[in-house]
Amino acid sequence: MDYLISVATIAGIYIIMALSFYMVFMTGQISLGQAGFMAIGAYVSAICSVKWGIPYVPAVLIGGIFSGIVGLVLGLPALRIKGIYLLLLTLGFGEIVRVVAINLKYTGAAEGFPGIPYQKHTLLYAYGMVVILIIFFSRLRRSRMGRAFQAVGSDEDAAEIIGVNIISAKLLAFSVGAFMAGVGGGIFAHYQEYVEPLMFDVMHAIEFLVFAIFGGIQIFWGPIFGALVLTFVPEFLRVIQEWRMELYGALLIVMMIVRPQGVIGLDTVQTLNRLFRNGLGKGGAESPQAM
Amino acid sequence: MILQQLINGLMLGATYSLVAIGYTLIFGVLGLLHFAHGEVLMAGAFMGLYIIMWSGLPLYITLPLAMVATGVLGIIIDVLAIRPLKKDFHLAPLLSTIGVTIILQNLAVKLFGGYGTRFPEAIETVNYKVGPLLISSANILILGVSLFLMVVLYFFIAKTKIGKAMRTVAESHTTAGLLGVNVDLIVLLTFGIASALAGTAGVMIGIVFHAITPFIGLTFALKGLVVMLIGGLGNVVGAMIGGLILGMAEVFSIVLLPTEINLQDIFSFGIMIIILIFKPTGLFGTRVTQG
Repeated sequence: MDYLISVATIAGIYIIMALSFYMVFMTGQISLGQAGFMAIGAYVSAICSVKWGIPYVPAVLIGGIFSGIVGLVLGLPALRIKGIYLLLLTLGFGEIVRVVAINLKYTGAAEGFPGIPYQKHTLLYAYGMVVILIIFFSRLRRSRMGRAFQAVGSDEDAAEIIGVNIISAKLLAFSVGAFMAGVGGGIFAHYQEYVEPLMFDVMHAIEFLVFAIFGGIQIFWGPIFGALVLTFVPEFLRVIQEWRMELYGALLIVMMIVRPQGVIGLDTVQTLNRLFRNGLGKGGAESPQAM
Repeated sequence: MILQQLINGLMLGATYSLVAIGYTLIFGVLGLLHFAHGEVLMAGAFMGLYIIMWSGLPLYITLPLAMVATGVLGIIIDVLAIRPLKKDFHLAPLLSTIGVTIILQNLAVKLFGGYGTRFPEAIETVNYKVGPLLISSANILILGVSLFLMVVLYFFIAKTKIGKAMRTVAESHTTAGLLGVNVDLIVLLTFGIASALAGTAGVMIGIVFHAITPFIGLTFALKGLVVMLIGGLGNVVGAMIGGLILGMAEVFSIVLLPTEINLQDIFSFGIMIIILIFKPTGLFGTRVTQG
């Protein structure tokens, strides 16, 4: 049971991370730097609680805000480039954060930063944050800002022509995404009780991207689903322990061949909506809201 | 002293070039980031190791054999993980090659263990003294083979019919198809050539460092990406020169910068970020394999 709870907690943190990737992706920007932002949030919140004795919630929030500010700064050069270039820029950023952490004596350098107070209600805080994010994203989708984000994501030039301020939309998305990743990092640090640079290497950034794309990046339910499933699947695959990572890799390839838009696409949501409405006896007459 | 470092830098850079050429060829022809390219290099190093150990033949026979074996691996990856993907989801190949990375790395750990495997003495190590310089036979071999391969590749792309077909496919798949080029075959061939070059680099890394692990892929993959960017995406000549530049820059950064902090990793990513911000097309321009 304890084991299941610990997997569920990690899954909750990963949902936050996958959503942070999705937030940036909404405006068409691909970020491999989310592990770097997570590291910033983790280290800053750890410094707050260990060195300055700040309580849990403000410490995590400070970590998130700090990470958001760094995200705003990194978002500036990111405005000029896109696609594979942005992927490489954010990847380089993540690596630089890690190398700085390895060399920073103040936070224990490569040996890691121990003695972070343990938060025993991490499960609640993590899923509380997930609920807040779900509310945030479902409100955002119907707001002016969210529509602007989606417009920028699907066609930048068209969005600019109809008067969307793409610079502020992209910067905001980048910064808010970094904030989410920072909060995820803070929660993670107070759950693990210690952080080390190895926890935030490239492979982890790739993992968050995999969660989001596997689950589907057309709607925010996708990353949530992806993070949940892909955290639990390798655990259940422990039955076939020996080959589970190979199976995981094969699963990714097969999924991309069969359903490249991810498991949860807009069509899934529409089908579910229709089923739900029919079940309630309203009938399918109501056209689903613009997704 | 400076000259000695110059030679070391050139040698390191030549392996970077071979990796980066593979990336840039695949990017040029298919427009995708082949994430598993580093693992192909790792697999090539291990295949070379076993070919050398089992056959006991001299290197001028075993190296081409290892190249062919790695080339075949690359072709298998293309057929299984990239060709079946639909073209209109640009993130699908990224995820499926991440799947390939996971599979190859875990298989390698299973087969060869997570520790280093000693690389057999493929060549007699003789040190030549040229004035104050000390040049080992391994240095000469690596520089010679890489430069030879690069020159051959350059003329292959510039002059031969298949090379012209590759450039046409890189321009546009549709147009190339209309002109009677067998696009699928060319893509297959590109994967074969790119992977064979990575395999060569893998064997050379084995010869220089005397040991290989299943984890060398990521390091060289990241370096290869930086080099591809320095040279300009899709620019083969740029990748050749870029590799030599990065190799020398790294060696000189170790000599000239303070050693108490681990700067060389930041250094290459720093170069990458600066190039991305100020000249995202690379030092030599993004162009398709000019001839």
